[in-house]
Amino acid sequence: MSLDEIKIGGMGASRRRVEDNRFIRGKGKYVDDVVLPGMLHMEILRSTVAHARIKSIDTSAAWEVPGVRLVLTGEMMAARNLAWMPTLSYDTQAVLATDKVRFQGQEVAAVIADDPYVAKDACAKIVVEYEQLPAIVNPTQAQDPSMPIIRDDKENQPTNKIFEWEIGDKERTDQAFADADVVSTIDLHYPRSHPSPMENCGSIADYDRATGKLTVYMTSQAPHIVRAAVAMVAEIPEHQIRIISPDLGGGFGNKVPIYPGYVISILASILTERPVKWIEDNTGNLISTGFGRDVYLQGQVAMRKDGKILGMRMHTISDHGAFYADAQPTKFKIGLMHSTFACYDIPAAHLTSVGYYTNKAPGGVAYRCSFRVTEAMFFQERMIHAAANDLGMDQAEFRRINLVKDDMFPYRTAFGFLTDSGQYDKCMQVGMEAIGYDTFKQEQEEARKRGKLLGLGISTMTEPLGAGNSREYDIIGIKMFDSAELRIHMTGKAILRTGAKTQGQGHETTWAQIVAHELGIPADDIVVEEGDTDTAPFGMGTYASRSTPVAGAAVAMVARKIRAKARKIAAHLLEVSEEDIEWELGRFYVRGNQERGVTIQDCALAAYSNIPDGMEPGLENNAYYDPPNLTWPFAAYFCKVEVDAETGVWDVLKFVAVDDCGVRINPMIVEGQVMGGLTEAYAMANMQYITFDEEGNCIGSNYMDYLLPTAWETPGFELHEVVTPCPHHPIGAKGIGECATVAGPAAFVNAVMNAIEHTGVRNVDMPLMPNRVFEALQTGKDVSGMPPVKVG
Amino acid sequence: MYPPKFAYEAPKSIGEAIALLEAGGGEAKILAGGQSLIPMVKLRFASPEMLVDINGIPGLDYMTIDPDGTLRIGALVRHEDLEQSTTLAATHPTLAAAASLVADPIIRTRGTFVGSLCHADPQGDWSATMIALGGRIVVQGPKGKREIDLRNFVVGPFTNALAYNEIAIEAVIPPAKGTPRGSYLKLERRVGDFATASVAVALDMNGATVGRAGCALAGVGGRTIDANDAISVLVGKTLTPENIEAAADAVAAAADPRTDHRGSSDYKRHIVKTFVTRILTNIAHSEQKAA
Ligand SMILES: Cc1cc2nc3c(=O)[nH]c(=O)nc-3n(C[C@H](O)[C@H](O)[C@H](O)COP(=O)(O)OP(=O)(O)OC[C@H]3O[C@@H](n4cnc5c(N)ncnc54)[C@H](O)[C@@H]3O)c2cc1C
Repeated sequence: MSLDEIKIGGMGASRRRVEDNRFIRGKGKYVDDVVLPGMLHMEILRSTVAHARIKSIDTSAAWEVPGVRLVLTGEMMAARNLAWMPTLSYDTQAVLATDKVRFQGQEVAAVIADDPYVAKDACAKIVVEYEQLPAIVNPTQAQDPSMPIIRDDKENQPTNKIFEWEIGDKERTDQAFADADVVSTIDLHYPRSHPSPMENCGSIADYDRATGKLTVYMTSQAPHIVRAAVAMVAEIPEHQIRIISPDLGGGFGNKVPIYPGYVISILASILTERPVKWIEDNTGNLISTGFGRDVYLQGQVAMRKDGKILGMRMHTISDHGAFYADAQPTKFKIGLMHSTFACYDIPAAHLTSVGYYTNKAPGGVAYRCSFRVTEAMFFQERMIHAAANDLGMDQAEFRRINLVKDDMFPYRTAFGFLTDSGQYDKCMQVGMEAIGYDTFKQEQEEARKRGKLLGLGISTMTEPLGAGNSREYDIIGIKMFDSAELRIHMTGKAILRTGAKTQGQGHETTWAQIVAHELGIPADDIVVEEGDTDTAPFGMGTYASRSTPVAGAAVAMVARKIRAKARKIAAHLLEVSEEDIEWELGRFYVRGNQERGVTIQDCALAAYSNIPDGMEPGLENNAYYDPPNLTWPFAAYFCKVEVDAETGVWDVLKFVAVDDCGVRINPMIVEGQVMGGLTEAYAMANMQYITFDEEGNCIGSNYMDYLLPTAWETPGFELHEVVTPCPHHPIGAKGIGECATVAGPAAFVNAVMNAIEHTGVRNVDMPLMPNRVFEALQTGKDVSGMPPVKVG
Repeated sequence: MYPPKFAYEAPKSIGEAIALLEAGGGEAKILAGGQSLIPMVKLRFASPEMLVDINGIPGLDYMTIDPDGTLRIGALVRHEDLEQSTTLAATHPTLAAAASLVADPIIRTRGTFVGSLCHADPQGDWSATMIALGGRIVVQGPKGKREIDLRNFVVGPFTNALAYNEIAIEAVIPPAKGTPRGSYLKLERRVGDFATASVAVALDMNGATVGRAGCALAGVGGRTIDANDAISVLVGKTLTPENIEAAADAVAAAADPRTDHRGSSDYKRHIVKTFVTRILTNIAHSEQKAA
């Protein structure tokens, strides 16, 4: 009599995404769709130069434009102690520039007017006089003593260095290198990329002087963090702050930070006593909001002749822009870079990192990854690729020798992470068979005889998701747990709220499936709500693939609390003791007499109409989940390309992705996540380019220069699955939101390199644009992507 | 993206449109497909006081071939109309090859062939094909019509030879003197991207011998590069590998590319040479097959 779990939309059901119903009809409700009575509109004037002292700002002509209500400058913000705000990495960031502008696109002034056209017209009338300074566009220039200090606003900042950080065992690593037969060395750059969500950032601040309440509609992946930050910065009591993050048109990490525009709109609403709407344009988003990556690597691998890796070293040099605003667990200065090589059994490892200020937009956000994990795994797989070549060993064989074996779990990595499960070799086998690995070398040779350049690249990795347990992980002191609150109505329908915030991941669909799995209530009977801090329980939001590992676990746990209470009610209804009650999906029955039972819906009704003596009425609860460990999905990607030697253009002939993300709640959504992530990986590897010229002008600040791939050029992806449940997650899930963006780029790059490295070239920096590939083919030399870009 | 204030007019005849341009005194702009003008206005790179929308003027959406083989393309023919033509590949292979490479499928439904010529973008695809084909443009002003050779129409980056009160009403492509052969190759980073470098070649073949040879380049200079003189080394010759190489070298020398984030000037010049070689080699192969 047990319910069919797939039919009720439970675990494993490829249930259609319920949110799509409104999205595909254009009925989503985004920040820009919200219209409040009396609302004003704000436009930001941005710096045209990258580094300059502000000599004067003349706003008088802007005030004259009919319909202008307020013109704000840094000076006026400073009078209210709001010219600067704290970042998520314990630095400060200018809200509106006062002394200097430090990157092109920085916020200099804001106009608040009756409509956005007027605000834009008035912005054009503000006159800013700049005294230009030399612009720093890479970490080498940042270290040059003849270059200016970017952060001369800070005390104790005599250089452009932000931090130095190290982890691992230096001595053991040095020893491993001393013992090595072969040492492989490679220098890389993971270029700046931008998450570029379809919807830009924006806010509507509505301060009500009568009630003292501040309501802000905001494009935020983490509304509760914003509430806490606003309470601290704006000195408005937390209970008087309501952050509402409505439907989000994508986030990808871009909507984690707190941006000047949000803060300015809040002050503007306080000053005008009117709701103030700010909607960023595309260039504003690309030029000023959280970018990803921009890290340089010096990497080394120490090996024995037989292929065994003895140790690895990494030195990273990161470019953080003008303000250190990385969104990351506070303890770590360069995110989880030290998760690198976690899938390989390596006895000794050492990582040193140094970060610099430059005259570029701040950010360092985790663009679809768990805090610099994308860089960590890209560097790892490029180092592995070079190491196998240096050893003269087959790429797959080299990996299989060094991958952690199934019987080694739980495995403590050289940097101290504990990976707990996986079947790495099995994933390799599945992928190798699907791509036709065994016959490839012959195919490649034959093709070369016909003048065709084929290449095959592999990328394997396990990444740390679901930050994280409260011992290790906090952001500005707030522990990184998450929550869920579940209310079962008397007719057996339910509402679930969590502290996460969906932005395309499909929480409204999958969370209901977890409840369906735990309680047997059909998923269609459960509504999921997130993003309103007045109603949702506290949570740290959605990024770093943490929703399923943390909030998803809280959903399972709260459902189990509900089931425990329902069991008591069932015992009461069935007039037996609780010990004699058995559970099957959606129903309690008397042990030994399966016919005699009550459904979860019967229990729900009884919770409001027929409760046992002494029991609190109602059927609702909440759960906070502090994960015991991170979760560790595994990916093995195989890519086959053909390079046109005459132009440097390359095409993907076949791409095989094998993912083990543990138990799959909704396989269709998992596949969607992998496809989307691989598309972004392809874009980064192939075409996406934000660079800067010598004066610090940003090249790639619009979508004609910064390219998003279309269905036309995006290759097809062949997906495979292996399932190793997570041993500590309540439903065995590991997270899948970011595996493909993290593991993908190296697969493409390794494939192209494999096609052209007979010329002697070891590395071409991403994006592998045709001109770079062609140059490598012609010269046999590495091609670096470090800005400034050459023009002329 | 909020444009400055502008007036909007939608005339019903060419005469009315010209009167509006006159009244606008240089501050009025024709709005055709809007695929270049609207982004410029929204980005405030352009701030015309008036937009004169010609989409409501009847009779401008024709694509016809005169009995002598002259092709005429009216001002409201969309990129898509050329792409979907079933006869163009045989009569004008250069245009047919370019049609599916202009912008992306969405923009092609709206953008116009003639508007693209008027826009005079150095990276624009149609201007290159037109110069290779020896095309002209018919413009009409208060004093009547005149015809301008496309080589004289594109006078600089985003600058054409129109007077403020003139409208381009039709593009004219002269008939081929022989069998029309040709193609268009474009290096783009993605669908909808402008050319990093592109090459239009149009040959009129008399048997295996080249009669007329035309060539123009986009993306490799401050304006569309007229490489007709360069490729004229082929006239009266056959498409041997040696002749092809000489032509490709001559065309590459005519290119004037800049080094930028899409590649060095040398690289772009190399692409021009490669594309010219590929197009000519393909034509040589198909001539051989035909023979
Ligand atoms: C994302 C994107 C990608 C693109 N990619 C490409 C590409 O790869 N290759 C390419 O060639 N183009 C590309 N374009 C441009 C596109 O082809 C335009 O359609 C074309 O350049 C202009 O044609 P239109 O009809 O849209 O002209 P409009 O935008 O309406 O007008 C453009 C200019 O020409 C003037 N004008 C237009 N028609 C007339 C006329 N009849 N008489 C006098 N003046 C006139 C207007 O006043 C204006 O100054 C792209 C555009 C976009 C938005």
